Amino acid sequence: MPTSPEASEQKLEHVFSRFKGERKELIPILQTVQEMFGYLPEEALKEVARFTSVSESQVYSTATFYAQFHFKRRGKHNIKVCCGTACHVRGAAPLLAAFERELGIECGATTDDFEFNLERVACVGSCALAPVVMVDDSVFGLMETKRVSECLVPKGVDNE
Amino acid sequence: MSAKQFSARIDTPSKLTETKEICQAAFARQKSRFLVCAGTGCVAMGSLQVLAEFKRLIAERGLDVDIELLFEGHEAKTAVSFSGCHGFCERGPLVRFEPLGIFYTKVKKTDVAEILEAALDNGTVVERLLYQDQDGNRCLTEHDVPFYKGQQRIALERCGATNPEEIREYFAQGGYQALAKVLSAYAPEQVIEAVDNSGLRGRGGAGFPTAKKWAFCRAASGEPKYMICNCDEGDPGAFMDRSVLEADPHAVLEGMAIAAYAIGATKGYLYVRAEYPLAIARLQKAMEQAQQWGVLGENIMGSGFSFNPEIFHGAGAFVCGEETALIASIEGWRGFPRIRPPFPAIKGLFGKPTVINNVETLANLPHILLHGEAQFAAVGTERSKGTKVFALTGKLRNTGLVEVPMGITIREVIFDIGGGTSEGTKFKAVQIGGPSGGCLPEELLDLKVDFDSLRSAGSMMGSGGMVILDETSCMVDIARYFLEFTSHESCGQCTPCRDGVYQMLQILTDITCGKGRPEDLALLEEMGRTILAGSICGLGKTAPNPVLSTLRYFRHEYEAHILEQSCPSLSCKELIAYWIDPDKCKACGQCRKACPAEAIIGEKKVAHVIEQSKCNKCGICLETCPDKFSAVSKITGRQKDALLVGA
Repeated sequence: MPTSPEASEQKLEHVFSRFKGERKELIPILQTVQEMFGYLPEEALKEVARFTSVSESQVYSTATFYAQFHFKRRGKHNIKVCCGTACHVRGAAPLLAAFERELGIECGATTDDFEFNLERVACVGSCALAPVVMVDDSVFGLMETKRVSECLVPKGVDNE
Repeated sequence: MSAKQFSARIDTPSKLTETKEICQAAFARQKSRFLVCAGTGCVAMGSLQVLAEFKRLIAERGLDVDIELLFEGHEAKTAVSFSGCHGFCERGPLVRFEPLGIFYTKVKKTDVAEILEAALDNGTVVERLLYQDQDGNRCLTEHDVPFYKGQQRIALERCGATNPEEIREYFAQGGYQALAKVLSAYAPEQVIEAVDNSGLRGRGGAGFPTAKKWAFCRAASGEPKYMICNCDEGDPGAFMDRSVLEADPHAVLEGMAIAAYAIGATKGYLYVRAEYPLAIARLQKAMEQAQQWGVLGENIMGSGFSFNPEIFHGAGAFVCGEETALIASIEGWRGFPRIRPPFPAIKGLFGKPTVINNVETLANLPHILLHGEAQFAAVGTERSKGTKVFALTGKLRNTGLVEVPMGITIREVIFDIGGGTSEGTKFKAVQIGGPSGGCLPEELLDLKVDFDSLRSAGSMMGSGGMVILDETSCMVDIARYFLEFTSHESCGQCTPCRDGVYQMLQILTDITCGKGRPEDLALLEEMGRTILAGSICGLGKTAPNPVLSTLRYFRHEYEAHILEQSCPSLSCKELIAYWIDPDKCKACGQCRKACPAEAIIGEKKVAHVIEQSKCNKCGICLETCPDKFSAVSKITGRQKDALLVGA
């Protein structure tokens, strides 16, 4: 949700109050800011730079190095199609293509209504159930292209 | 009914022994229990719903007894609890009925009432939920299941057999006894000597002797020293560290405290991937409990030794599994590896002496120090002692996590434990060691699994991913897949890795698209050797392995792609076509309706045809064509050219 500048400032103050502002805290600070906003807004990065006394370019350089950080507004739900080795040999590529078709977006993008992000990840560590898809924190194992739509109703597997 | 929580402050080793006895007695008052697996795999298959149903039905029978009451001397007819990963993820959700050890697989919420009735009322077993081996025999306990028979569990000893969120169970099973022994009876140098005698080598990939690393750090000057547990398990296809962290977090913490004592560290970090939320939660809980009981933190068990580790959430960079990159990341920088020497043991985190050990390495330590280094050293081969955990995945029958003695053959792991390839497919290769490893062919199945044999065959132990490939897996595509991964994960600092791996990837991509040139193969080999020799860190130094090993053992597949424009495994999209056999097609129309590209032409009673120019090769036609017709197939090479003439 986009928030007013005042509200954002307040949120950042809240984050900063938990840290001392040391360089070694940079990554935990960025993680907490992202948790708060869902991504790392440009203004927030500038504030982080000021707080940690690390140059803006250094903050940006560090943040962009790590896959976890995002710089644009993200969707409500995050779909991660695992493309680890085990998933790859059990058909992750066609599965990813099926999600792209179903959502009408390319991998790495967010739907227009900000409901879903679609991304590929290297391995979620559930290789025994390959191919695997993670929707937020729920893991869908032994996936098939025809079961794509059931992942888009975000909830755990109902074991009935 | 509820009771006051049984808790105590363990301030001497004898208090720990006393606590162990109290806990053992308390849990013994629980006459039976249903242990539901709550590892990530089983949770994905619905085990939490199964657990909830057990709780509900046990409460309905009036049998639920607060665990604290056991400590007050009450008895309980039965109980339900959860465990971490058993390893047999393929068959989840798993439920074990103790003390008999009856092992139920693929349990659904609707099966719970029947299981309870059988166990508590009739003293029988629900046959249909028992694992059935290949000869059709039902296996009553885990020990009867072939998947477990060939295993020898040290690091995974308690995984699946204990509640990871209950430190008192860990105490009952002898938890923190090794730490107590070390703190009260060993000088740090003696710990190092004991581990040296055990022959333990690092389980994270390179296989460096653990005691040697410790000794360097112990001797180095600089305070404070740091002990880091590397839980940044990033190899695609490996998930043993995650399982250990989720199933037995105290073993890792205990191992870490032992290591810290040996090297003289008082501070430490557990560097965990953000992709492992459950592992982080379990570790957090375990740390709080351990500190509360006095087996971690200040003045541990009255010994005067203090150790305070904290959890660092990795931010998603594969290269941070490399020691020096991990250090840079904790310090708040990009995860750029640093040139060694100086090694972290001399100059590591914040410039201080630092030891970084992998999760599995640390999980072995309590066992080694409690049962003696000789017992550990008796397992394995001359130069690779103990056991290794492998994540067995890909195209085989029993996927999951296995722990085997070093020196076992690859064949035994894949066929005796893993049950061989999935039904109806033929073994082609096994990829060992993830992006740093290599693919080994059928001829090498009798190779021993140990650090040195694997390396000499052009593969690597790596972190222990073992992906089984069958004839539908294209070896060129597998090599390309790994290079795409390493190219993406290269930190970009040194040229051989950044540009070299990228260029190799371009060449491999060309080959999989049918644009390869005969001279490419020699070029790939030359580039691979240069990158191995010239990269700064382990990522670059091993990145070409998947290509070099497939070129060594599966060169003919590369040649087929280049010379015949053919992908023998029918896997490379650019080289195959989908084709409907007009003699088999019954014009049912199902593929036509399902085709998202509207590429299928046909009408009633007229055999359908795929318009190749429109086809995006998604494969849905092949999936939807009814088995009884099987009219759609994939074609490549000369067959493709012949069948698609004029199409």
